[in-house]
Amino acid sequence: MHMKYLAGSFSIVAIALIISCNQGSGMKDENASASATAPAGGQENVKDSDSQKDVVKVAMSSKDHTTLVAALKQAGLVTSLSNAGPFTVFAPTNDAFNKLPAGTVDGLMKDDKKDDLQNILQYHVFMSALKPESFADGQTLGMVNGDNVMVSVKDGKIMLNSSATIITSVPASNGIIYVIDGVLLPPAKK
Amino acid sequence: MAKLYNNSLRFLYSFTKIHFMKKILFPVLSLSTAIFLLGISGCKPKNAGDATGADAAARVYVSPGKYDELYNFVSGGFSGQVSVYGIPSGRLLRVIPVFSVDPEKGWGYSEETKPMLNTSHGEVPWDDQHHLDLSQTNGEIDGRWLFANANNTPRVARIDLKTFRTAEIIEIPNSAGNHSSPFITENTEYVVAGTRFSIPMDNENGDVPIDSYKKNFKGTISFISVAPTNGEMKLAFQLLLPGMDFDLSHSGKGPSSGWFFFSCYNSEQAHSLLEVNASKRDKDFILAVNWKKAEEYIKQGKGKKQVVKYAHNRLDETTHSATSVIETETTVIDVKDFPDIVYMIPCPKSPHGCDVDPTGEYIVGSGKLAALIPVFAFSKIQQAITNKTFDGDYEGIPVIKYEAALYGEVKKPGLGPLHTEFDGKGNAYTTFFISSEIVKWSIKDLKVLDRQPTYYSPGHLCIPGGDSKKPYGKYLIAYNKITKDRYLPTGPELAQAAQLFDISGDKMKLLSDYPSIGEPHYAQAAPAELISKNSLKIFKLEDNKNPYVTMGEKQSKVVRDGNKIHVYMTAIRSHFSPDNIEGVRLGDEVYFHLTNLEQDWDVPHGFAVKGNNNAELLVMPGETQTLKWVPERTGNFPIYCTDFCSALHQEMQGYVRVSAKGSTVPISFSLGKNSDTLDSAIKK
Repeated sequence: MHMKYLAGSFSIVAIALIISCNQGSGMKDENASASATAPAGGQENVKDSDSQKDVVKVAMSSKDHTTLVAALKQAGLVTSLSNAGPFTVFAPTNDAFNKLPAGTVDGLMKDDKKDDLQNILQYHVFMSALKPESFADGQTLGMVNGDNVMVSVKDGKIMLNSSATIITSVPASNGIIYVIDGVLLPPAKK
Repeated sequence: MAKLYNNSLRFLYSFTKIHFMKKILFPVLSLSTAIFLLGISGCKPKNAGDATGADAAARVYVSPGKYDELYNFVSGGFSGQVSVYGIPSGRLLRVIPVFSVDPEKGWGYSEETKPMLNTSHGEVPWDDQHHLDLSQTNGEIDGRWLFANANNTPRVARIDLKTFRTAEIIEIPNSAGNHSSPFITENTEYVVAGTRFSIPMDNENGDVPIDSYKKNFKGTISFISVAPTNGEMKLAFQLLLPGMDFDLSHSGKGPSSGWFFFSCYNSEQAHSLLEVNASKRDKDFILAVNWKKAEEYIKQGKGKKQVVKYAHNRLDETTHSATSVIETETTVIDVKDFPDIVYMIPCPKSPHGCDVDPTGEYIVGSGKLAALIPVFAFSKIQQAITNKTFDGDYEGIPVIKYEAALYGEVKKPGLGPLHTEFDGKGNAYTTFFISSEIVKWSIKDLKVLDRQPTYYSPGHLCIPGGDSKKPYGKYLIAYNKITKDRYLPTGPELAQAAQLFDISGDKMKLLSDYPSIGEPHYAQAAPAELISKNSLKIFKLEDNKNPYVTMGEKQSKVVRDGNKIHVYMTAIRSHFSPDNIEGVRLGDEVYFHLTNLEQDWDVPHGFAVKGNNNAELLVMPGETQTLKWVPERTGNFPIYCTDFCSALHQEMQGYVRVSAKGSTVPISFSLGKNSDTLDSAIKK
């Protein structure tokens, strides 16, 4: 009986429903309560001064790696490298970038060159945290961008693609950084 | 007695009749109103039981990445654990293992945590966890610790809110069914523990006929002191009381500071068919305990030492290991010999809840079978004690005249009152099991202000800070005992339902309902900030004092000691060191001491062995935990990380080779050493 009665006034009710639903759809999070908020964005924004620094934070804290950090930001790789990893990151110094032909870095930092920049930077990242003793002469490393880096070890010196030498290593929470003195350039796309 | 029964039946009948009338009349009288209301709340689901306001969804919606306003700690009942929810979202944040083993976290399975579940009866892997109390300073929640009771094998646990881990468990001697626990005093000086079951005392011959209850069975109320600095518990003293059932309790505060109030039933001293035999008397009691006085007597050395046996288990913060010590002494005060410690206040019909309002002046007793709620006034109780306005005694304990202690009665509040909490604005909220509702009433004039149905039959309720001096108010959560059709059916067993109400206005508004873990009884809630600011992210590896810690991969090793093999193993993304082990023989006991070398928040590593008659380990950053394995056959046994730790988690694995008894395979272990052929292949 109740239902029939309602059905009789259906049109009026229907209009009321439409109106109220429209109002409802603009529902805001007016919950005053939920005051505290996790920062937006990826894991790089997690507020955490207790944990060991991850590879990105380590790079950011180095004054010799400002170019690399700027490039990582421009390439949108900060979030990925703040992830659980584990990563081996070959980190060219500012000097290493400066050794590239004039204008190269500036060119790569342009928005329309983002793919190229990503390709180069991903060529500096290997999945798995390689310890210094894990490098062997003649070893091939399959990098994140899909190309290989050749390792040579001579007189305790570790060289990559015969173009960059590992200067030092810095452990990070999600992997390890090897500071290198040259930029690794991926083979030209076939 | 039959007459009383008839009376209550008649009452029940007339009550149902009123409800029936309401149900019939309501739709007819308020059709027009209903249509009007539809316009406002037209987007509600077409559910007859939906009594929520139009803004309910917005009130409980905590958008992604936002934090809840409150932590809500909910007892797990027969799960033995404590669950943590966010309020107002009702999102489950964590389940803290307390009294029951938890294979998921290795709780009670790792060598380090096994001692936590030790008792004078040996390991008890389960309990029935009923009530919780957050530590307080000055009658206000301070966010340091959470106390939990075990109802079956009497114990009290302290959970450290820095780590959300059970840090300490103390067993209670001379006790059975630790129900009126773990309620705390105003400054967390003591946690109390009252017996539900009276029993022969532990130092007496307990092998007596059950029907000698009146003679041989006694009740106790224990006071466990809490060290103000580190929270460590100590059984300070026990009050010896006549045999009956102690049910619930709450501390005095403000003017009633120094007092504790306990409800008790079965003053009939029945020991069989209590549902009939313990409901004979018109009134049972609320016990008023002057614990400050008892403390004085203890300091004067007036307590009697008794030899008993109870376990005291502590989890050390730096070794991440528990130790269990069997204590052998308790100090008992027989209240008969000290008539100024305990007084009894008659309270109608098997009182259950015993709740003290934020001012500390009013004590609310909820008689499960009573048709009213008596409210006692602390000042009147004191007056009655001074003037000796007594109505005889109960087994030597003075009984205060009911009227002399009574402030007033809430008349016809509902059926089956159980528990009361307070909003700090002069209102009390009581759950009614039988009439399945929450009733809001005014403490001042004892008038009913509002009533809302719950789905169905609530037990406890929780208002954040609702048993403290300073309730946070705003919300009320009802913990219902019956679920039936509230959710999609899941066979005969259903999750118990919690229901969140907004109590900020004059009328209570149902906001949401959500399933819970185990059987929630009492719960506590506190503003998130009080607790979140202290939350630990990692254990510092350099502070790890576990005797089997491995501080780095280079220190990892395998050591044989007779038939015990100790594996000093590390975990870091994404491998164990060592991950290949040989030389284990049948008859050996293998102990994997796994140190998580990570120093990164939320990167635990798990560890499991095929065929192990044991659970897994879940090891937090900087922590060492040990898993025992006694292989029962020869072969190669995979080990692997069970917690998706990294992109190469699935690579985090290895083997342990088990040889026959008497085999000459030497102990060896390695990481990253493959066969020569493989190594040269990898190079190419």
